[in-house]
Formats: sequence, structure tokens, C-alpha cells
Amino acid sequence: MGSVTSYFGPLCGEEQKIEEERHFRGNDRPFNLSYHYAVSMEGQNDPWSSSEHRSSVPSVFLQDNAITTSKYSVFTFLPLNLFEQFRRLANAYFLSLMLLQLIPQISSLSWFTTAVPLILVLSITAVKDASDDIVRRKSIYWDFFETRRLVGNSADLMLLSSSEPLNLVYVETAELDGSAPIFLSLSGEVRCEPPNNRLDKFRGTLSLDGQTYSLDNDKVLLRGCTVRNTDWCFGLVIFGGPDTKLMQNSGKTTFKRTSIDHLMNVLVLCIFGFLAFMCTVLAIGNGIWEVREGSVFTIFLPREQGVNAALSSFLSFWSYVIVLNTVVPISLYVSVEIIRLGNSFYIDWDRKMYYPKNDTPAQARTTTLNEELGQIKYIFSDKTGTLTQNIMTFNKCSINGKAYGEPLRLQTQVDFSWNKLADPKFSFHDHSLGETVRGGNLEARAFFRLLALCHTVMPEEKKEGELHYQAQSPDEGALVTAARNFGFVFRSRTPESITAMEMGIKVVYELLAVLDFNNVRKRMSVIVRSPEGKLTLFCKGADTIIYERLHPSCNKLKEVTTIHLNEYAGDGLRTLVLAYKDLDEDYMNDWKRRHHEASTAMGDREERLEELYEEIEKDLMLLGATAVEDKLQDGVPQTIEQLAKADIKIWVLTGDKQETAENIGYSCNMLREEMKEIFVVAANTAEGVKEELQNKRGIRSYCYSLRGLLCLRSIRPPAAHIGVGISGQEGMQAVLSSDFSFAQFRYLQRLLLVHGRWSYLRMCKFLGYFFYKNFTFTFVHFWYAFFCGFSAQTVYDEWFITLYNMVYTALPVLGMSLFDQDVNDRWSFQYPQLYAPGQLNLYFSKKAFVRCMMHSCYSSLILFFIPWAAMHDTVRDDGKDIADYQSFALLAQTCLLVVMNIQLCLDTYYWTAVNHFFVWGSLAAYFAITLTMYSNGMFLIFTSSFPFIGTARNSLNQPNVWLTIFLTSLLCILPVVAFRFILIQLRPTINDKVRHTVRKEALPAPAPRRPPARRISTRRSGYAFSHSQGFGDLVTSRRFLLKMPLRSRPVVFTQTDSALAQSQPQHYRTIAEEREEPQSPQAVAAAAAQ
Amino acid sequence: MGKVKGRSGPLAQRPDNSAFKQQRLPAWSPMLTANTVLPFFYLVALLCMFLGVWLLLTVQGTQELKLDYTEAGTCKGCFDMRKNASKAAEPCECRLDFEIKKAFKVIFLNEQQILTFGSTQVASSTQKKRGDVFFYYGLQNFHQNLRRYMDSRDDGQMVGRKNKLMNPSTYCIPFNTDQAGRPIAPCGAVANSIFNDSFTLHYRGQVVPLLRTGIAWYTDKNIKYRNPSNGNMTLAQVFNGTAPPPYWHKPVYQLDPLSPNNNGFINDDLIVWMREAAFPNFKKLYGVLRRAATPFTKGLPAGNYSLNVSYNFPVQYFRGRKEVVLTTLTWFGGQNHFLPVAYLVTSCLILLAAVVLTVVWFKFGKTGRKMQD
Repeated sequence: MGSVTSYFGPLCGEEQKIEEERHFRGNDRPFNLSYHYAVSMEGQNDPWSSSEHRSSVPSVFLQDNAITTSKYSVFTFLPLNLFEQFRRLANAYFLSLMLLQLIPQISSLSWFTTAVPLILVLSITAVKDASDDIVRRKSIYWDFFETRRLVGNSADLMLLSSSEPLNLVYVETAELDGSAPIFLSLSGEVRCEPPNNRLDKFRGTLSLDGQTYSLDNDKVLLRGCTVRNTDWCFGLVIFGGPDTKLMQNSGKTTFKRTSIDHLMNVLVLCIFGFLAFMCTVLAIGNGIWEVREGSVFTIFLPREQGVNAALSSFLSFWSYVIVLNTVVPISLYVSVEIIRLGNSFYIDWDRKMYYPKNDTPAQARTTTLNEELGQIKYIFSDKTGTLTQNIMTFNKCSINGKAYGEPLRLQTQVDFSWNKLADPKFSFHDHSLGETVRGGNLEARAFFRLLALCHTVMPEEKKEGELHYQAQSPDEGALVTAARNFGFVFRSRTPESITAMEMGIKVVYELLAVLDFNNVRKRMSVIVRSPEGKLTLFCKGADTIIYERLHPSCNKLKEVTTIHLNEYAGDGLRTLVLAYKDLDEDYMNDWKRRHHEASTAMGDREERLEELYEEIEKDLMLLGATAVEDKLQDGVPQTIEQLAKADIKIWVLTGDKQETAENIGYSCNMLREEMKEIFVVAANTAEGVKEELQNKRGIRSYCYSLRGLLCLRSIRPPAAHIGVGISGQEGMQAVLSSDFSFAQFRYLQRLLLVHGRWSYLRMCKFLGYFFYKNFTFTFVHFWYAFFCGFSAQTVYDEWFITLYNMVYTALPVLGMSLFDQDVNDRWSFQYPQLYAPGQLNLYFSKKAFVRCMMHSCYSSLILFFIPWAAMHDTVRDDGKDIADYQSFALLAQTCLLVVMNIQLCLDTYYWTAVNHFFVWGSLAAYFAITLTMYSNGMFLIFTSSFPFIGTARNSLNQPNVWLTIFLTSLLCILPVVAFRFILIQLRPTINDKVRHTVRKEALPAPAPRRPPARRISTRRSGYAFSHSQGFGDLVTSRRFLLKMPLRSRPVVFTQTDSALAQSQPQHYRTIAEEREEPQSPQAVAAAAAQ
Repeated sequence: MGKVKGRSGPLAQRPDNSAFKQQRLPAWSPMLTANTVLPFFYLVALLCMFLGVWLLLTVQGTQELKLDYTEAGTCKGCFDMRKNASKAAEPCECRLDFEIKKAFKVIFLNEQQILTFGSTQVASSTQKKRGDVFFYYGLQNFHQNLRRYMDSRDDGQMVGRKNKLMNPSTYCIPFNTDQAGRPIAPCGAVANSIFNDSFTLHYRGQVVPLLRTGIAWYTDKNIKYRNPSNGNMTLAQVFNGTAPPPYWHKPVYQLDPLSPNNNGFINDDLIVWMREAAFPNFKKLYGVLRRAATPFTKGLPAGNYSLNVSYNFPVQYFRGRKEVVLTTLTWFGGQNHFLPVAYLVTSCLILLAAVVLTVVWFKFGKTGRKMQD
């Protein structure tokens, strides 16, 4: 129903004052409350802090981990909810109909015909809203899913201080006033932007003691982020509840509509037009009739005072608006919501989309998009973490021209027991490497020393010897862990030093500089001073980049290493080249001085630093190369193959180099050897992508077509549709802003090919049938108008009109639209082509709608004129009346209902017991209810409401009544059967073919296919570097805490590959985002041309 | 959606493995195949043919005679007189002669049985009324189905509610009270416009006896319409203080002077009239031939008849026609040729469709070529 709301929202004058700024004042609660901002209650782990500063911040710090996102309270529910509901177009329409009915001259139906459905709809919706609200109340606690180390944050906080040891702790607050407990004297004022959904931006100022500090995105902790390595922290709640950026961004607030929704809105408008047209025709008819017949009939039926033919015609227009109101499918919206909800539950319940390893079922987080899943044309997917497991394993390496790790998985695991600090989860299968390192090979030691020093990983050692790394990229984590296990343990870091255990000996390196990674540099370096005073630059980076900067003496080694690199890339491994350089003290001092100058310079700082980096990172000595494997998730190639067969275009966005991207493309079946043309769109910026796409003929249209777009693991571009989250290792947060989530990429095929397809099929069948049944119902009234002087007399009993949609036909069609399957899930997988009709909008479109109307028109002609012809001059077998109005009404409505049920039977492909029960139950209920309502008792109690007494008993025992019903049924149904049969014979759809096959072969459903052996493709070079700019600054500038998990940070946006730890919330990468993002990632989209 | 289950353990969130939740409910998946569709079409065609023929024969066994007496015979004079509103209340008798060429023979469905079980003869013949000759009056272009007309009645009044008797529903306006303010009983446009011609049929100088009661639905006569009762008061006393509808010549409690039990709201003619017709052309039952005495024991014999009409009901205003219909009935009702013909036509169409479908199937579908891909 909301779809119409949102469509008409602007029309309804839904205006709100635009908020331009938010304003908080410390120690001034009344002032803050005067703004009626959403209030949130923020809890912290530390009771001491929370209780002490309860009143010093605008929102209340309480021990209550609650955040109030609910809309209603017990008392406000009824009025507020009713108000909300009547803002919906459909309900407003109902209401205006009811008002029309209050005018006696117009009222053509009793009040209950619209009141009862309206009350029903209102109460169903109210119950749903109430339960949503209760769920919302309960859902508060989702973010506290881990204790101490991972604390979800449930409001947007301005960070004040945190618990961490060393001076790293107060880094954030230091910029505010340099001393830790600033909140104690917080009498400042915060001015900031109003709530919005830009996760990467925050603007505001803090005025404190006469000084103004600017607040930016670095200083806020957004709701939904996870605080790591930190026991406690203090924050000022800036946005709470629905104002938080997360809520502003979550799918619930921005209402999404499916293409069916759009179509429905258009159709509803058309139907309104059509209703007006019919009413106009009938009003004109009434005018003519009143002039010609009515004026002379006044002797029997005097006109009301002041009513002439013209006024009568006008009144009859409105009367017919009431009579024909059923043509506007009001209950449609309720039913559509129910069907979608049901189909969403099926997704939640699906065991085949449940991932037992981390106990994650699939989730339909948005319940309004199901049928869109059956119409997907394009998939935009991240690579890392979506196609791959995002678990990096240090797999191979090449040290000084010697490759290690080659005979993969043939040897037993290397024993690391000699190393007390080794990570027990790490495994490596080449014993020779361990022996080499322990044997004292200098290059090997330098190799691992580099890995232990050149990174931005944060260590955590809560207990002696229990070392945990917090790596912002799993690649780095894998490399540092590898170094750790081979005896070069990175132990701790301060901004000035790095402590490592080298083969059991503690060595403290002085950290002189971190030359950070960025997209252009594609490398990172550190400059350290060893305890002996030796200055060394360690550098790791992309092969091409490092190779350019190698000392000529390494040429030979370079050749050998290149061979290894090519091998690694051919295996789809992510490679890095490692190099080092010894520096001399004087040069270093000089360089450092210049570096300091450059970094404090006001103008062109970036360029000057860049030059300095270039200068020092040359004449490097090659050490070797690493190869890290990011394993594809299970079933990825098969899934992609299936989706490709379903004619879904898949775009993968990756930060990998072209060769790697192609490699991955081959290894996950996205690209195949026989494909001659491969478009690789490689560009560094959004503009570049655009340009590139425009140059390639034909591809352009892909990019700009917005229908049926599904984004995996990213938020949708504004115009696009469905976000699907892959819930990672630690769960929920990665999927918060997605519409659907599940644990494994391979479940996508089930989501689309089974659930999506069925949802679409069901929705289309439902719509087709629903329109048919309502149109037919209404058109019969239209025909009758020509016999009753256009007087807005109904054909049917008013009770039948009331109950037709709600009782007699509601359940059968719901049953069909909740249970129907053309073929079962296994056959759906067997024939992915079945998906194509959805993409082409074949099942329900404007054309289908027109066909449906024509069909209704035909049926209504039969349903009116056959009973008319059979009855108008007939009597009962005892000579008494049967051509009376009441008997005719009963006959016409029975014919209608029987035909509608048979039509439903024809449409139902999948007859479960429930369907049988609904169909036959509804028919039985019709007769039972009719007999009851036409009984003596009902008449004697409610005389004026049930005037049809005895009609059922006197009509339904007449053979000619039943013969008429039979004849109308035949004439309505047989043409449909014949037409469908001929279509199946002449132009069978893919659907018919598969059903035919299923039937003919009578085979058990095909077993799920076994994945074929993975194919190792031709060798190409591959490089992946999953760093992101900014972390280098962090580790050296005392500002590195609490940042990494924050998905809102710009640094996250600039990452070229999902370098986040598994538990990270997803980050955003979409075409739209890239357009906006000046520092956009190098985007390599590999698409296969047809 | 994320429902938290009460379970715990490593598979706490695993969905239930029920057939319903996994969408594996056992089901029947019918499909339109040649094996089902073609035989079905042929069978239905045969069935319709059979029904059509049977109904046609049945209908042929009935007899019907329609006499439009609007301006026929001497009724032309009455017709002209009724045009003049000032003479609306003046009685006008007219006469129409006609001939029944073929006798309206009563068909005793149970004749055999009656002969066999002679003692049950009476019971059987009263039970089976189908064999009678029915006398209808018909109106054309009279809209009993106008919304405002149909609403203009008070069922509460006519079921004998006393408060309604004295205080009719506003739906009856303007026929709820007379000019003196007395409530009208029965109120409303429907009752007011009651058909008030009366007929006598003569055969060879003898009045054809008609049963004028028992012509309404049982439920109408006994439940839907009841006279207000008040102790031992007579009907006239009960209706004291009410006015008859303006077009009526006599009050509701004097509708049938011959039969005191057929007065008030339960008068058969009134009840029949009050059951509004669905369409502007309709006929309503006036009486049933009483076959007690010769020569009418076996129906209406052939010969010359004359119809005497007390011509009251004005139809010229609305360009209507009045007619009298004499008919015999079968189990299928009166002489309605529509259904038999419709069944025969439908049968032919279905047969045609069946042949076409067969050809199409034979030429295209049978090989299954189009099904393979």
C-alpha cells in the first residue's frame, strides 16, 4: 500500500520544514530538549562514566542499552495510526466513498459494503504496524552481539575519549582540547548538520571555552560500527534513534518499489480513468433515459424535488462511482503485502540457504521486493568477500629466486611448535621454507623481517603470548601472520617504534617513517632503524611498480621472480613484490628534514611528499614475492554459470589488476575460453569508467539501464534496486543495509532462480487473476445498467458485494499466490532459462493487463447475458416467479463465483491440500453464508438488512438455474482452455516445455549437480594490494584507534578491494558512488560480451 | 524478519525442515495436455448436445399463448380513456376474443403412477402442479428494477411491525404518508404502483375457473409478509389510522373480498407484485386453472375464448404494453427456448473447437517437436 503512498506522497502535500542545522548545548538540557530531536539512550560498559555525566549531554546517558525507534505508544497508537493510514491513497479513496454514501440521493449501496472492507483493511494494517512497532522495540539489542571487545554502537556519537593504554587513547580528544577528561567541563556547544544518510560526511563545530573546533567524520562513531581493542569510550550522542546515519540509510526509511509496483501504480491510475469513463457513459445513459423514459415514469416514481434529468444524470455518475468502486483494486494492496510477506518468510525459512558453519539463515530484510528478484537482469558484485571467502592464506612465496610452497598440499603441515608465539591456525605445506629460515638464510630472514615490519596492523596481546592482530586488510593479516609463524613476530607498536621477536629475540626497531599506500603508488614502505643503528627502507607493492624502482643489479633475480609471479597470478593468487634498501644516516637525516618541511607545508603538500617518496624509493633490492590466496567460496563457478544461463549479466567490481581480474573471471566461470571478445572496463575514476563504457559499443546501455539491477554487498545506487548482503564470519553488520542477506554467494542462485522466480510468477498470477475477477464483477454491473434505466441498481446482493473480495475469493487466490510453483526448485535449477520470462516482463505487463480486461469483458458479457436470456421470461417449475430481481441476483452472483473459482483452478499449477481446502472451502462457505443470510431468522432479526429471504431456497432447487450456471461456466472457461491449449501446441513457452518435460519423463527431480573440477586457466600476471591510504598516517600520528571498523570512513571508500576484516560492515561501492567519489578506486569490471 | 528462535546450540537458527516451510508440500500439478483436453471437449460437446436435445423436447411439450391486450379488441377504448388522467378512477371493462387452436393439455408427469396406484391419485396430482395451466399478466417496459423504485418499500412494515405500520420508513417517501399525514400501508412506490387490472376468462359462456391463491413463494406468503396482529382485532381495525396508497381504490384489508385470509399484506397479488422483476419486461402469475370440473379437468380445451378485462392500469405514460400469457409448464419451467438452443449452439461450438484442437494437436503438438529444446 505504501507504494501508492510514496507515489502520491508529494501530491498529498507532505511537507516538512527543512532542518538546516542541529544545535546542542552542554549542561543545558531544557535547551536541547526544546528541539525535539530524537532522543536516544546510550549505554556504555562502564557504569562509572555513564552515571556521572548523565545531564551534561543533550541525550541521556543511562545504564539502559535501549534506543527508542518505535513510532507509537499505547495511547497514541490509534489516532496516529488511523491518521497515517488515511493518508494512504487507497484508504482515502475508501473513506471518500463512504462519505459519498452518506448522501442519500447518491448512495447506491448500503454503508456496510464499503465500511466492512475498510475496517478490515484498517485493522489488518494496524495490527501489522503495531507488530512492526513492537519488533522495532525489540530489535534494539541487535548490536550488542559480542561482549567487551566488540561493542555495537547504537547512536551516532561524537567521540570524546576511550580506554586504550598508551597515549594513543586520547588521540581523538586531544584535538579537542588536549586533555583527557574534557567532558567534565563540557559546557560547549555543538553545531552540526541535520541528520542525513551520508555516511562518509559529517560537518559540525564544537565551541568550547571560546574556541571553535571543527568536527568532521573522523570524530564521530556511527551507529552500527564496532569498537575494537577498546574497553570503553565516551561519546556525545549527536543523532539518536531514527536520526542516526545508519537508520537514515537503512532500507526501511527509503521506500523501495518493484517494477510491478510501478506498473501497478500506473494501472491504478488507468483504472481510475477507466472508472471515470464508465461512470460518464452511464451518467449520459441515465440522462438520456431520464429524458425519454424516466420523465414519463414519474407517475409511478416521482422525482425528488428539484431533480431533473440533468441533475439525475450527475447524481447517477456518483452513484456509479460507488457501484463500480470494485474496479479499483483496493484490497489488492493488502493482498500484495500479504503475498510478499509470505514469500519473504519462505526465504527466511529456506534450509537450503542456511549456512550451518556459522549458523546463518538467509534473511529477507525487506519484505517488499520479492518479485523483483525474479526480474533481475544485472548483478553488480564485489569480488572479495562476496565471490571469495575473504580469508587470505599465505600460500606461496618466492625468496631470492627460489619458490616455496610449490607442491601444494602434498606435504604435511610445517611444524611451528618451536615458535611459542606461532599462530596455531596458520598452516604451510613446504618444509623447506622453515628449514631455510631457521638455517639462517639472510634473504629469507630479511623477507620475513620485512613482512613483520612493513604494514599497518595493530597487535593486541591481552595475555602474554596470546597475540591477536587487528588487520584492516586480511592480506596484511595473512602476511604478518606468516612472518610470525616463521619466527619474525610482530609484537607491538607505538607511533615511534615497532617491537618484534626475531627468532625468539626481542628486537625494537625505531620507526622513522611510513610511506603510505595509495592507489597511484600501489606500494607502501617503512623506514626503520634497527637496534644496531642500521637504517633500512622496506617496501612492498605491485610488481610493475616495484620493478621500475629496482637496482639494476637485481635484473637476474627479477627474471626468475617474474616467472614465479606469473605462476602465482595464473593460479589467481594475489601477489606482492618485496624489496628493501639500506640507507645511510646523513641522507636519511636530510630526507627526514625535507620530509618534515614538506609535510608541514601549506601548499602542494601532496606533490612534495610524493616527490620525496619517489626519491627515496628507488634502487631497491629485490627480496622476493608473496602469493596470498583468497579462496573462492564454494560453488561460485557453478552459481555464476547458472546465473549466466539465466541470462543475468554479472558485473564484478574489483580492485585487482586486469590480468588478475580476468583470471578470477575465468576461474569462476564468468569468462570462458570460447569467448572471443572480452570487455574489460578499466579506469581509475568514475569518469574514466563512464568514458570507457561509452567507447565500447553496446555496453553503454547496460550501464545505464536501471531496471532489474541487483547489487551484491553494497548499498544500492539511488535508482537501483536490491541490495544483497553476504553475511560474513561474524554476522549481522555486514548486511544491515541490504534487502536480502545470506552467508554464501552460491545461495544467490537459489534466491533468484527459485525464490525470485516463484515470487514473480505468483505475483503476476495473482495480479492477473485479481484484476480479472474484479473487472468481471464490475462489468456485469455495467451491462445491467442498460436494463435498469441506469439507475445504479446493483446486479448482486449488497452482502455479496461486501463479501466477494474479502471472503468468497480472498483465500483461494491467496492460496495460489502463496503456494504456486510451475516446477519445483530442482527443475528450476536444471533449467535456468525459466528465469528469462521475468526479465522480459512477460507474465504481467500493460499488454497482459489489457488482455485481462478483454477477457473480463467477455466473461462479464457471458455472465450477464446468459442468465438474462435464460431467466427473463422464465418461471419456476411450479409457475411462480424466478425472473425477479432477487433470484436473478442470486443466479448472477453464483455464476460469477463459480466461474471465478474455475478460472482460479485453471491458473493454479500446484494443487496442495491447502489450495483444495481454500477453493472448495470458499465455494462451500459461499453457499453456507448465502443460505444463512437468506434464512428466515436473519430476516426476522435484521429485517431491512436481509431482504433476500427465501431466495436461495426458491432458486437453487430449480433445474434451470443450475443449467444456466453450467452453461455460463462452460462458455467462460472453455475458450480459455482452448486458447491455452492451442498456445501450448503452437508456441509453447519455456515454462510449458519444462513442465512438459517434467511430466513426460516422470523422472524424479534431477539431483543437484556436482561441481566440476576447477579449471586452472592460462597463466597471467596478477597483483592485488589491499591496502588503503591513510593507515600509514594513523599508525604514526597517534590517531589510529577506533577507525578501522568504521564503514563510514572515506578510507573505506577508497579501498580498492574489500580489505576489511571479515567482521567489517560492508563498504559501499556502486557506480553511483564512484561517480561522486573523487578518489574512487581503480575499477576493473570484467564483462563478457555476448 | 529476523526471528530469534528459542533454540540454542550451533544450529540454533536453522530453519525447520517442514514441508510447508521448505515449499515441498505434496501437490498435484495438472497440465493441459492432449490426453485430457481433447476427450474433455468431445465429452462436453456430447453432454451439451444431449442436454440441448432433451431440453428442446421438453420445451416443445409445453404450450404458450400470449395476448397483447393493450389496445386490442374493445380495450382500445379503455386505453384511450386511461390517457385522460381525470378519468383515471373510472372503471372500464373491455373484452378480447381469441381462439385456442390446440388444447392446453395438462401433462401428468405421474399419470402412470396414478393409474397404477389409484388410491394415491389425489395426493399425487396436487403434489405435481406442473401439469396445470397458468395464467400470467405481463408488462413491458415497466421498470420495477429502478434503484429508487426498489428501495421505496418497507419490509419492516410488511412483515407486520406495528411501529413501522404507523411510521413507515423514509425510503417510502413520497408514498409514506398521505396528504392528511396518515401513514400509508403498504407504503412506497412499489406497492402504490400495483398492477390492478383483473381478468375473467370465458369459454362457451362459462367462466374458466382460476385459483387466485397459492401463486406466491411459500417464504413470502408465510414469513416475509405478515399482517400486524393485535389480539382479536379485525384486519380493518388493525389498519385503522392508515391510508391506502394513493393509486389504490380499496384499502389493503379489502383486497380480496372473496377470501378473508387473502387480505392485508399477505394478499397473494400484492406479494407477487412486491417481488420486483429484474428486467423491464416481465410477467407475473395471476392464477392457475382450477381443474375440478369439466371441461377443464385436462386443461384448456381448444375453441373460442373471450377475455374480460377490468382495464385500470395505465401503460401509455411509459409506452408500456400489457399482455396475458397462458402457458403449461414442465420441470424446466415455461416455454423458454433459450437454454435448449443455447446448449445446442454451445455443443456445436465446442465440437468445432474440439475438432480444431485435435487438428492443431495432430499437426503440431503430437510430435512434441516444439516441446523439445
